[in-house]
Amino acid sequence: MYRYDQYDQAMVDARVAEFRDQTRRRIEGKLSEDQFKPLRLQNGLYLQLHAYMLRVAVPYGTLNSAQMHVLADIADKYDRGYGHFTTRQNIQYNWIKLEDAPDILADLAKVEMHAIQTSGNCIRNISSDQFAGATADEIIDPRPYAELLRQWSSFHPEFLALPRKFKIAVIASDTDRAAMKLHDIGIRLVKNDAGELGAAFYVGGGMGRTPMVAPLIRDFVPLDQLITYSEACLRVYNRYGRRDNKYKARIKILVHELGKDEYARQVEEEFAHLLTQNIEPPLAELERIAAHFTDPAFETGLSDDLDLSDPDFALWVERNCAAHKQPGYIIANISLKPVGGIPGDASAAQIHLMADLAKAYSFDELRVTHAQNIVLPHVKKADLYTLWQKLEAADLGTANIDTIEDIIACPGLDYCSLANARSIPVAQKISKRFAETGKSDTLGELKLKISGCINACGHHHAGHIGILGVDRKGVENYQLLLGGCEGDDTSLGTITGPGFDENGIVGAVEKATDVYLANRQDGERFLDTYRRIGMAPFKEALYG
Amino acid sequence: MKILTGNDLKTGAVTWWTGQDWSLHVEDAADVGDEADAIAAREEGARRVNAPYAIDAVREETGGVRPAHIKDRIRALGPTVRPDLTLKPADPEVGNWVI
Repeated sequence: MYRYDQYDQAMVDARVAEFRDQTRRRIEGKLSEDQFKPLRLQNGLYLQLHAYMLRVAVPYGTLNSAQMHVLADIADKYDRGYGHFTTRQNIQYNWIKLEDAPDILADLAKVEMHAIQTSGNCIRNISSDQFAGATADEIIDPRPYAELLRQWSSFHPEFLALPRKFKIAVIASDTDRAAMKLHDIGIRLVKNDAGELGAAFYVGGGMGRTPMVAPLIRDFVPLDQLITYSEACLRVYNRYGRRDNKYKARIKILVHELGKDEYARQVEEEFAHLLTQNIEPPLAELERIAAHFTDPAFETGLSDDLDLSDPDFALWVERNCAAHKQPGYIIANISLKPVGGIPGDASAAQIHLMADLAKAYSFDELRVTHAQNIVLPHVKKADLYTLWQKLEAADLGTANIDTIEDIIACPGLDYCSLANARSIPVAQKISKRFAETGKSDTLGELKLKISGCINACGHHHAGHIGILGVDRKGVENYQLLLGGCEGDDTSLGTITGPGFDENGIVGAVEKATDVYLANRQDGERFLDTYRRIGMAPFKEALYG
Repeated sequence: MKILTGNDLKTGAVTWWTGQDWSLHVEDAADVGDEADAIAAREEGARRVNAPYAIDAVREETGGVRPAHIKDRIRALGPTVRPDLTLKPADPEVGNWVI
C-alpha cells in the first residue's frame, strides 16, 4: 500500500501544528466559534449531539495493521473504547474533547493518517472497491489512480471552496462494489477496443435530498489525461454550480439542469483548454505511486481446497468470503453486524484484534467497506479456519454479508445533530427479528439500508429495502422504500406509501419479504422479484 | 418553560444553564424565560459554552425537566443504543424517558 514520501509527511505534520495553534486560540478565546468552525471542520472535527466527533480519513478504505492499532488506541485513550466505521470507508469517534483533538491528529500523522477531506465543501476522501488488488474480476488495481486523485485533490487551491462537498469513487471491475454511480464523479477504469487502458466518467450522481444516478459523460479518457479530465469536470462545476441554495448546490443538480450532453460539451471545451496547460502529473509520479501497490509475496502452488466439515465455518465461507485472483487465497469479509449490534461499531479490542489478524494472515492489509464492514483481502485458504475461529471468539464471525442482517445504518438521532430519527434501534430490531425467525437464511441477498434523515448517509435510496427516518411533529416516523440498488444496475428506491412507527417499520419489512418469498422465481433475489412484479403486491400487503 | 443548552467548549459535553452555572444534568436546568439570548451571548463570550440555544421543556411531576423534543432528550441522556454511556447507566428503564 501507499507510503508517504517526505512531502506527504511534511504536509500532514504542518497541518497538525496549524490546527494545534488554531485550537489553542479557540480555547483562549482569540477565535470565536464562527471563526473556528470552518477550521475544525477542515480537520474532520464536528460538533454532534453529545460531544465533538472526529472523522478520520481512510483513503480508498485501505489500512495496514499499524494504522489499525492506532485507530484502536485512539478509541481507548481519547474516546469511550470504540469507533464507528462509516459508509465513506472512514472511521469516526463520537466522544472527542476539543483539547485532545490536536494530539489525536498528531498520533494519526505518525502512521500516515489524518482527518483532512472528511468535511467541508472540498473533494472528500476518495473511495474505491474494497476488493481492489485481490479480486480476479478487475482489469487493473484502481488504487494507484485513487491515490493519484487523492494527491491531486488534497489542498487543491481551486477546489477548497466548491459549491458543496464532492465525492469521487474509482473502480476497475465489471462488478461495482463501491456504489460508483451514486457519486459526484464515478470513475470506472476500462479497456477500449485497442486494449488501451482508460477511464469512463460518470458525473452527477448522489443520494441525499435529490437522489440521482450519474449518467455516463465520457466513455473513454486516456489514463494519461485522467487528472486533466477530472479537473475539467470540477472546473465547470465550480464555475456554474449553484451557491445560492445549498440544497441545489451539488453537481448532480447542475448536470441535471444543463442536461448531460450540455454539461459534457462544456467539460470537453474546458478539457481542450486544459490540455494546452500541461497540468497532468508526469507518468513517473504515477509509476512511483503504482510501485506501492504491487502484489504481496503470494505463495504459489497452493491448494484451493477448504475443509468445510464444520457447518458454521462452511456457512461463514459461503456468506463472507469471495474469490481471490491468486490460487490458494481468498478474500475474507469481517461483519461488523452481529445480531442486534450497532452497524459499523467495533470496540478497541476488536480493532486491535483485526489489526493483529491482518498482520498474521493478510499481508498486513485491511480494507473498510462502504457497507461498514472490514475486509482481509489476502488470506491463505490454509489459514482460513484458524482465522475464523479467532474472529468467532471476538464476536466478529457473524456470517451475514449481503443478507438482510448486514444492514447499513447511519448514526442517526442517537449521535447526529442533523438526524430526524434514530436509525440504529431500527437496524437492531430488524436484525434480531430476522435472526430469531431464521428467515434471513431463506432470503438470500437482500440489502437493507437505513438513514435517519434526508441526507442519506445510510444510503436508503440504494437499498433493495430502504428506510428513511423522518420527524413527524416531534415523533419518529419511518418511510419504506423498495427497489434501490447500488451496483452495476444502479436504481433508486421508491417510497411505498405512508410511514410507520418504530415497531411498525419492522413488521413492514417482514411483510415485504413475505411478498418476495411468495412470488420469487428461479432463485431471484428480492430486487429481481420486485423489479418483475412491481410495487402493487407490496403495497397491497402493507396497506391493503 | 424555556431552558438553555449548549456544549462545553473544551469537552463538548452537553450542558444546561442552571441560572448560575452550567450542569451536565437536565434536571438542574432553570427556566430562562425571555433571557435566553442575553445569557447565551454572555456565556458564549465567556467561553463557558459552545453554540447555546433555547428549547421548550416541561417540569415533570417528579421535579425533573423534560425537553419537548426527542433530540434534546437524547442529548440530555446519551445515546439510547448505548445505555452504558448514558448519564444513568444503572437505570434499565432510562430509555423510556427518551421515547
